[in-house]
Amino acid sequence: MTLQPTGASRREFMSVTAAAGGGLLLGFAIAAKAEAAETAGAAALNAFVRIDPQGVVTIMSKNPEIGQGIKTSLPMLIAEELDVAWENVRIEQADSEPKVFGLQIAGGSMATPLNWESLRRVGAVARAMMVQAAAQAWNCPPGECTTSPGQVIHKASNRTASYGSLAGLCAGLAQPDPKTVPLKDPKDYRIIGKPMAQYDTPRIVTGAPLFGIDVRLPGMLYATYVKAPVFGAKVASADLAAAQAVKGVRKAFVVEGGTNLAGLLPGVAVVADSWWAARKGRDKLNIQWADHPTQSQSSAAFARRAAELGAAAPQKSLRNDGDVAKALAGASRTVEAAYAYPFIAHAPMEPQNCTAAFKDGKMEIWAPTQNPDTGRGMIAQLLGLKPEDITIHITRSGGGFGRRLNADYMVEAAWIAREAGAPVKLLWTREDDMQHDFYRPGGFHFLKGGVDAAGHVVAWQDHFVTYGQGDAVASSAAMGAGEFPAQFVANCSIGQSTMPLGVPTGPLRAPGSNALAFVMQSFIDELAHAAGADPVAFRLTLLGTEGMVGKPPAAYNAERMRGVLKAVAEQSGWAGRGKLPARTGMGVAFHFSHLGYFAEVAQVTVANSGKVKVDRIWIAADVGRQIVNPSGGLNQVQGAAIDGLSAALYQKITIENGAVKQRNFGDYPLLRMADAPPVDVRFVMTDYPPTGLGEPALPPVIPAVTNAIFAATGKRIRSLPIDPSLLKA
Amino acid sequence: MAFTLNVNGKALVADVDPDTPLLWTLRDTLGITGPKYGCGIGACGACTVHIDGVARRSCTLPVSAVGMAKVVTIEGVGGDAVGKRVQAAWSDLDVAQCGYCQPGQIMSATALLKAKPTPTNADIDTAMSGNICRCATYTRIRAAIKRASGQSEKV
Repeated sequence: MTLQPTGASRREFMSVTAAAGGGLLLGFAIAAKAEAAETAGAAALNAFVRIDPQGVVTIMSKNPEIGQGIKTSLPMLIAEELDVAWENVRIEQADSEPKVFGLQIAGGSMATPLNWESLRRVGAVARAMMVQAAAQAWNCPPGECTTSPGQVIHKASNRTASYGSLAGLCAGLAQPDPKTVPLKDPKDYRIIGKPMAQYDTPRIVTGAPLFGIDVRLPGMLYATYVKAPVFGAKVASADLAAAQAVKGVRKAFVVEGGTNLAGLLPGVAVVADSWWAARKGRDKLNIQWADHPTQSQSSAAFARRAAELGAAAPQKSLRNDGDVAKALAGASRTVEAAYAYPFIAHAPMEPQNCTAAFKDGKMEIWAPTQNPDTGRGMIAQLLGLKPEDITIHITRSGGGFGRRLNADYMVEAAWIAREAGAPVKLLWTREDDMQHDFYRPGGFHFLKGGVDAAGHVVAWQDHFVTYGQGDAVASSAAMGAGEFPAQFVANCSIGQSTMPLGVPTGPLRAPGSNALAFVMQSFIDELAHAAGADPVAFRLTLLGTEGMVGKPPAAYNAERMRGVLKAVAEQSGWAGRGKLPARTGMGVAFHFSHLGYFAEVAQVTVANSGKVKVDRIWIAADVGRQIVNPSGGLNQVQGAAIDGLSAALYQKITIENGAVKQRNFGDYPLLRMADAPPVDVRFVMTDYPPTGLGEPALPPVIPAVTNAIFAATGKRIRSLPIDPSLLKA
Repeated sequence: MAFTLNVNGKALVADVDPDTPLLWTLRDTLGITGPKYGCGIGACGACTVHIDGVARRSCTLPVSAVGMAKVVTIEGVGGDAVGKRVQAAWSDLDVAQCGYCQPGQIMSATALLKAKPTPTNADIDTAMSGNICRCATYTRIRAAIKRASGQSEKV
């Protein structure tokens, strides 16, 4: 079958609309003829699927791949309902085209819940069209036809036709209604629920150029961009001539920039024939930075100020149930404690980079990004371009963890490329990346709690000191009024005070939760200890006997949490922990985030030197009725847990004189092989819609470890990262 | 200055300053982009290549110090039986998440198995201590090394 090119662009043939919330596109048209012009004989059934005459199925992956495995798992949904053999599927990364593909973001562990149904329907519609095409050719009712992977079957006449032979016949067929097209019974799944290796694995293990940093264009130059250590400080002077005298340097120039910490900040760009030449030019710049108000800020001063604020009444009440003062007064035991956690950096292995080419008023961008369309909007605004004149190619990202939701590096690359008059690859140094992140904000909690004689929590009070200005809290520095155990303790007050911050903050894997779980689950452990109760039994009592508690955004399914808590206790041999040797202990914690219910147990051994070794982690996870890709899913859960350990044991960003002190992996260590324990994962299946796995395994691991340290040593960790000097025998 | 390098069995000429790290010579000048930049100070292992069979950090190795030593990168390591086995184990166990560090991990693992065909857990900890995986796929990296060396993957 050969289709004649029409010369029309693919997009003109697509009438797709993105539904609210990113659920998509259930009105696409056939684009076979147009598609043929671009893809040499393959027929497009819709924006996501095309099939060539040999039966090779190409599926577009709409979301950015940052290591969460989405480039494999979303196409699995389509392939399942299309009913094709996985080995005949090829996957292509889609460009950023929200009008075609809907929401294209790697964030919030939302891809599975948002696409679970809609992408299966995309596949089912394509399958229905295969059936229609065959039925028309055979002159039989479509209802008499069935499919097996890659072919339509008409049993009565003993005829079969391959999808490859049918794809070209689909043009002009009526589109079945995506809303009512039948979906498979899950028991018939051949792809969903099967462990599939990541689609790009063969290219990853052979070093193929997949990442943003690997992009190479004809005539491309390389750039480095130097910003002030103090966020937003302007360039007072720079020796541009000295930089330009370095062999290979084409141009060095000052960028005025603005004051938006997420946008184009002031700095000096060096553009050269190679990145190493740009780097050497940079060393000659001798930049003097102007003074900036943020240089008065430091982590030490924030801690002092937080203690002052914590001792006073909160500036704002987030919640006030019952009578906490009275309940504390009447409690049989009360506990008071102050908790703190530091700023931390994302430090993805691939430093921020972006390649940009500007020609004839149009900008073309290649970016490792979690959030391409935000980058487009910012570039359009800054450079005065129309959004439709900006093309964004989404490359694979060498890690994201939330860092690449921001588009600062994309804006910088676009600006520098336009100034340079040539395609430019901007690459940050590791030091740039460490010192110009959007940090997980630090925070402080001043807690009081009380238990009654029966071991029930009767009072909970948290004064949360965070960053912001009045009611405006810094990005990812807020706590919801429903944060557990709110809604489970009758007398509960949560207050908040803020400190102004000139350091950019932002979401980091399980934002909010990655710190709050440590605080809440540690303090619950303190109350369990005060009550003389088993930490698991105490938590089960706290979780009560109800099912759903509260309403969105604070809806919490206590039954599901009890389920994973009981499961992890059994899985870890919790009941037998009394037999552990001295200075070895087990700790438990649970947390609900990103629609997932996770309970985790850690076993640690604390050396006499105070060094903490995590021996093993057990995780029970409830993300609903289906794990889309068990291989990728397990990898995410194990990786998130070990990522959490890395934060617990090592990660800390310190602000001094308005700048970040840490520079590289020497002073910002990440966990390495010898510290990585085995992680046992059990998925508890419940009859709820499937939800995401990129984030929710992380938060509970930190308090599970610190609670285990308490069990092993009797010493309570109330500040992160864990300080071994506090744990010496 | 023109340097002739032996990369993946081929003689390649790169005209770069003598202080240019091998990493940037490979990536920007020769277009061999498998070795990755992660830190520039030899602390993360993403840039690991083999120099005469030994795992080295190419980000801190000046091109002028390489001479005619045999440089093997992730693009060429499959030409070696051990390297091929390691790549296959990585694929079989679906080790990678983002995949950015994995070329360096595979190069370190291959060098380990060439020196110690059946490494213990302690050997693995030591040999792999210079390679960070920010996605923390360490569990599968260890299992893949065990598999490539014909040992039980259980931990």
